[in-house]
Amino acid sequence: MLAAPHLTYSLLAPILIVLGGALIGVLVEAVIKKGSRAAIQTTIALGTLFLAFVYLLKVHTQTSRTAAVASVAIDGVGIFIQGTILILSFIAVLYIADTDNFAAQASAVPGSDEERVAIQAGKQQTEVFPLTLFAVSGMLLFPIATDLITLFVALEVLSLPLYLMAGLSRRRRLLSQEAALKYFLLGAFSSAFFLFGAAFLYGYSGSITLDGIATAISTNTSNDVFLLIGIAFLSVGLLFKIGAVPFHSWTPDVYQGAPTPITGFMAACTKIAAMGATLRIFYVGFGPAQWQWKPIILTIAILTMVVGGVAAIAQRDVKRMLAFSSIAHAGFLLAAVLALNGDALKGALFYLATYGFTTLGAFGVITLVRDSSGEVSDLNRWVGLGKKSPLAASVFTLFLLSFAGIPLTSGFIAKFSLFTGAYETGNTVVVVVGVLTSAITAFFYLRVVVMLFFSDPKNSSVSVVIPSIMTRTAIAICAIVTILLGVAPSLLLNTAQTFATFIR
Amino acid sequence: MSILTVLELVPLFGVAGLFVIPKSSTTLIKQFAIFISVIDFVISILMAVRFKRGISAMQFVESRNWISNFGIKYAVGIDGIALVLIVMTTALVPVVLLASWNESENGRWSQRVYFTLILTLETMMVGVFAATDVFLFYVIFEAMLIPIYFLIGGYGRGERAAAAMKFLLYGLFGGLLMLAAVIGTYVIATNQIGSTFDVKALSTLHIDSATENMLFLGFFVAFAIKAPLWPLHTWLPTAAKSATPATSVLLLGILDKVGTYGMIRFCITLFPHATHTFTPAIIVLSLISILYGAFLAIGQRDINSLIAFTSISHFGFIILGVFAMTSQGLTGASLYMVNHGFSTAALVLVAGWMALRRGSTKIEDFGGLQRVTPVMAWAFFLAGMSALALPGLSSFVSEFLVLVGTFTRYPLAAIIGTTGIVLAALYVLLTVQRSLHGPTTPGNESLTDLNLREKIAIAPVIAILVFFGFFPKPITDVLNPASHEVMTHAGFVDPLPKAGK
Repeated sequence: MLAAPHLTYSLLAPILIVLGGALIGVLVEAVIKKGSRAAIQTTIALGTLFLAFVYLLKVHTQTSRTAAVASVAIDGVGIFIQGTILILSFIAVLYIADTDNFAAQASAVPGSDEERVAIQAGKQQTEVFPLTLFAVSGMLLFPIATDLITLFVALEVLSLPLYLMAGLSRRRRLLSQEAALKYFLLGAFSSAFFLFGAAFLYGYSGSITLDGIATAISTNTSNDVFLLIGIAFLSVGLLFKIGAVPFHSWTPDVYQGAPTPITGFMAACTKIAAMGATLRIFYVGFGPAQWQWKPIILTIAILTMVVGGVAAIAQRDVKRMLAFSSIAHAGFLLAAVLALNGDALKGALFYLATYGFTTLGAFGVITLVRDSSGEVSDLNRWVGLGKKSPLAASVFTLFLLSFAGIPLTSGFIAKFSLFTGAYETGNTVVVVVGVLTSAITAFFYLRVVVMLFFSDPKNSSVSVVIPSIMTRTAIAICAIVTILLGVAPSLLLNTAQTFATFIR
Repeated sequence: MSILTVLELVPLFGVAGLFVIPKSSTTLIKQFAIFISVIDFVISILMAVRFKRGISAMQFVESRNWISNFGIKYAVGIDGIALVLIVMTTALVPVVLLASWNESENGRWSQRVYFTLILTLETMMVGVFAATDVFLFYVIFEAMLIPIYFLIGGYGRGERAAAAMKFLLYGLFGGLLMLAAVIGTYVIATNQIGSTFDVKALSTLHIDSATENMLFLGFFVAFAIKAPLWPLHTWLPTAAKSATPATSVLLLGILDKVGTYGMIRFCITLFPHATHTFTPAIIVLSLISILYGAFLAIGQRDINSLIAFTSISHFGFIILGVFAMTSQGLTGASLYMVNHGFSTAALVLVAGWMALRRGSTKIEDFGGLQRVTPVMAWAFFLAGMSALALPGLSSFVSEFLVLVGTFTRYPLAAIIGTTGIVLAALYVLLTVQRSLHGPTTPGNESLTDLNLREKIAIAPVIAILVFFGFFPKPITDVLNPASHEVMTHAGFVDPLPKAGK
């Protein structure tokens, strides 16, 4: 008789809570009347994320470190990343709660009668809340999964809802649907690569766990070609998700097309989850084979930084610009993968958390800049915004300065700690390139500052809407965190240091 | 709490106070900002009085943990060089505020923002000279760019946005190179003596020479951009042309000194061997700066560009003095920094008033001002004489010390440098002649002379220039032990005077 595996539910509680909340959300869609759905869904989503965070704090004190038959590892890095994702998705939900951004009926063909009827009937696509929660549950699982199967399942769980969410934009429907389709096709393709790589790694090591793969590499008894093919294809899947060059081409289109709150959510949380998983796979699984993959990852890191930084200069759309900037940041983060040491890991954790807050804050401000037909993301029309709305422009400038890594913002300390870690293991090249690309990225961030403050407004149709209380809270939190962690980074650095460990 | 911290906090309290005052009562805002800066100046004078001369160690030291994970401390302390620069800073800020009473009215933003930016900048300027923790220094060094960026871009003239952008990008580029070097130094320190950014501790590291050269260059390029040294100077003329007089004074007079100060405090102290390697090259660059700045100054038609190029020439002298590697040269260079601060302040402010009255910054548009506006003309004349280092004015002493200090080690460099003085006479006297003497240019007949506020602002600056020209001892006494310490620490011994002298 087969004994049921012991799953250690208590350690999985945060993920299960989020999944439970998502299911309740689906039920709400079926049972509750249209008018009150949005409010109830918001409450459920926020409550679920809060509860999951509370449970995560409990999990962190428990002794058993693996769960679900050792297919997930509840270690420092995992908990830190899970906590970050929960907090950031909480903020993202505050934006999403402004349902004005979402299509009345996503399934309607853009411009069709059906769409018009849906808009007139005042329909709302409140499914976005359960979808968000489903995506979050995948994101929580992805960075703690320690075997290839669980990794793949988590990757799909987090991706599938995102494909849908990217297509939900209320305005510029075609662009949004195109983004969703692109994201889906390319995402499916990269998942296939991931799976293909997983198969080769299993063929090489006879094991699906990261630990088993590491052991197999150390004993070095099998065919190295399988290992290299496996690493290469698995990396394609991961690098696609974090948006590294040359697997980045979806990023600008999807960032631009998706509803801005969703873009913020993706840019912050997906990147963190994917980076968390990447760090674990490379540190725990592929660590012993570092001499084989380091040159490739180094090349990719440098390419990512340079392409992201240079391409962003040419962008005229603020969302596309931030997309390329997020690519450059992915390049910086790859420095932590190359470094393979505790200090870089600490730096990466700090970087991810601060980058998440700054990104969400920046996209939050973008949701506020509108004209009569909706959001305006064309940078030429942002000119002179500082005169009309000094507060919004100042806050956006703060986020840009943090992206650029100007001291006294969190972005500076993040870059500093990450590069210090990378330098320690002799990755001087990546540090120097990183520092120089930072100068390039500073150029386009500052150009936006010039547009905001040093030019006179050309047309008066663009204005900053008065944000709802939730959006206001969210942006305020992001701004405060960005300054606070720039001035007193020890608040989070200490935590990042304690948590910067993997268990095998 | 060290008195240095008090000096840093006072302007910040001032900023908080500015936000209590209603936006509409602009006079009160101005008065309050000047009041705060005067208080800061008084405190810095108290500090200077309490400063113990003849001691080479850091004084008024304070050290608190800031980011313990990296051993980063809020650590401040000053030696003689830092002391005179801080007192110069706190003295210039009230002068600048008084002199530019109406400057903030034509900006993009309110006057409150203007004074907030300047007071914030004062905190940072004091902090940057006081920092003894490399990380703290770096943070302020970079963060300082932001208020100046907004001051140029928001309150400047002409192509102000472009000038502000150019200034910031140059600064950031240099700063990021320095960041790489800071990280490199830190990692070496972690391996050898544990995590620290303390300058004194870092100066005991053993670094292999290839690495040391790279780290030195990382710091030096950042400082050379800031100073600015040829060929990294190109941002300065555009910035000086677009900035208001007040911003120009802060930029040329104080902020650029952070570059030369950084060379003394960090390049030489942390990387003595690399300093040895690069000294000849740097001396050549500084000579080029002296001559290049002077030649281009002669050709300028715009009075602000002229002042910018004379500054490039003067910074050449300062860097020459620093890298002559004699304590005399270093004292001269440090004194030069202070004198250049005051003499440039006088030049820029008076030129600003002239331009304000005439409505033009072209030198040819002035002319015959001596007859129309005698006080303004005399002030400009004295400022100009100080720029050409006329004996009896303080810049003469420093220029002399720099050249003497250089001559003992690099005679040829000193001789070439001396030609810079001749050229200085040319560009100053030509300008004085064109703008002050000769027949009154049509349109200038009814210009008004300096008013009381402007006289009060410029008088102390002129007084300082004259006083320290005759009696530089109070400053040199403070500077000498510090210069000696820097040179001894870096392993340079002053060459003995040759026999027969």
